[in-house]
Amino acid sequence: MKRAAAVLRGAVFPLALIAIAQIAAMAVRLQSDTLASPAAVLAAGAGAFADGSILIATAQTLGNAFGGLALGGSAGLICGVLLGSSIVADRLMEFSVESLRPIPSVALIPVSMLTFGFGFRMEIAIVAFAAFWPVLILTRSAVSGVDAGLLDVARVLRLGPLARTVKIILPAALPRIFVAFRLAAGIALTVAVTVEVSTNPLGLGYNMMLAEQSLHPDLMLAYLLWIGIVGWALNFTINAAQRRFFGRSVQVRPVA
Amino acid sequence: MNVRIGWRLGSFAVGAVFIATWQVLANAHLISPVYLPGPDRTWGALVRGFASGTFPDQLWNTVQRMLVGWLLASLAGIVIGACIGLSRPARAYLGPTLEFLRPLPASAVVPLGIVLFGLSDNMVLSVIAFGALWPTLLATVHGFAAVEPCLYEVSRALGMSRLAVIWKIALPSSLPDILAGMRLSLTVSLILAVVGEMLASRPGLGSGILIAARTFHAPDLYAGVVLLGVLGYLTAQGLFAVEARLLRWRLHQR
Repeated sequence: MKRAAAVLRGAVFPLALIAIAQIAAMAVRLQSDTLASPAAVLAAGAGAFADGSILIATAQTLGNAFGGLALGGSAGLICGVLLGSSIVADRLMEFSVESLRPIPSVALIPVSMLTFGFGFRMEIAIVAFAAFWPVLILTRSAVSGVDAGLLDVARVLRLGPLARTVKIILPAALPRIFVAFRLAAGIALTVAVTVEVSTNPLGLGYNMMLAEQSLHPDLMLAYLLWIGIVGWALNFTINAAQRRFFGRSVQVRPVA
Repeated sequence: MNVRIGWRLGSFAVGAVFIATWQVLANAHLISPVYLPGPDRTWGALVRGFASGTFPDQLWNTVQRMLVGWLLASLAGIVIGACIGLSRPARAYLGPTLEFLRPLPASAVVPLGIVLFGLSDNMVLSVIAFGALWPTLLATVHGFAAVEPCLYEVSRALGMSRLAVIWKIALPSSLPDILAGMRLSLTVSLILAVVGEMLASRPGLGSGILIAARTFHAPDLYAGVVLLGVLGYLTAQGLFAVEARLLRWRLHQR
């Protein structure tokens, strides 16, 4: 009951905003190449769903985002475990990590474009670069933060490096590694949309630019709204999964 | 101390090995030199770019855009965030909307910016300001909402005015959150500055590297990427220094 009331209170502001926009649009009989009334946006969105174009675009964007996340995330995971469990490796790689990490992922758009041309590979490569770093950094700190007692157990059991990593370190660090992937998933979607908006002719970002360039503000705003919904749904799903699998153990915010 | 310097030198050496590998790969022409220039040609392009004045110009344009957009966003974010964070009803009514907007990719508003402002400097600036607003705003809301309630009781006992409460209690105690948000905002600003320049073809590093890629000037492209990396590194380090200075009182406390 209380939850329902909270949801209602939260809905007041956006609904009021939409109502005002609609009334204003009707009052001035909006005929514009730059703005559209909420009703028109809704109609354009429904049209894009009906002909399936928005669904194809969503599949392309999410495919790129998750492809890049899988690639960059697993590379980041492996490197993070290596650097987290070996102080020597961590210190020796410090300069290389610190000099590559600050490169903004969008700076690689032209590099990837030159190397791969347009398409999925180019976008996945950029997303993978962007997703690699947060996973690397957070996995490294999660692994190096594994309780020393557990490592003693591994030593007593005479586990090899591989068995120690798989049986002791990864399970112990798993909740925080999940947080790393949660963060990286958000970044992956953002970077995918950014690449599409700026260069790559695929997915939600490109369709949104197309709608803008062909003077369909209603469709453009429908895409904007839909991108917001997709981002929110992704975030919500991962948060729910985290609560379900790890309970309150990782409710504390990661030290980035 | 000496041990630390030793490790540092070791890590430089590893970095040098990576660069040497890059050079060997480039020399071996496994990948066409059109796509992959070696570090030597990249360095050459950097030197040429600085000698001819193109890189300083582009760098200055991008830095300017990024910093102005970031400052606008930070100011707006702190003010709006403080208003929302201080009032429980405002949080209840606006919180869900903010939570909806938080995961929205900032670059998704670029088309909207183009529609409203055209392909202009103002478009790039407003997109940066809008995109960089959220991390600071949300962090400020969180910081203001999470102020220790005891401190408010103290302020009431002391009969402090509302403004004094904000200035002397709420703002300092939420400063760590705000600065963390501003750091994220700065990263977003750099990204959006580059994207905005690419799309609107405004002079800067973003458009510079895009043009270099389109005209197959790979060394110029790689030099631009290196510069952007340096820029990202320096701004992050600068902000860390400011943060350490502003939060000195907090370290003493522990």
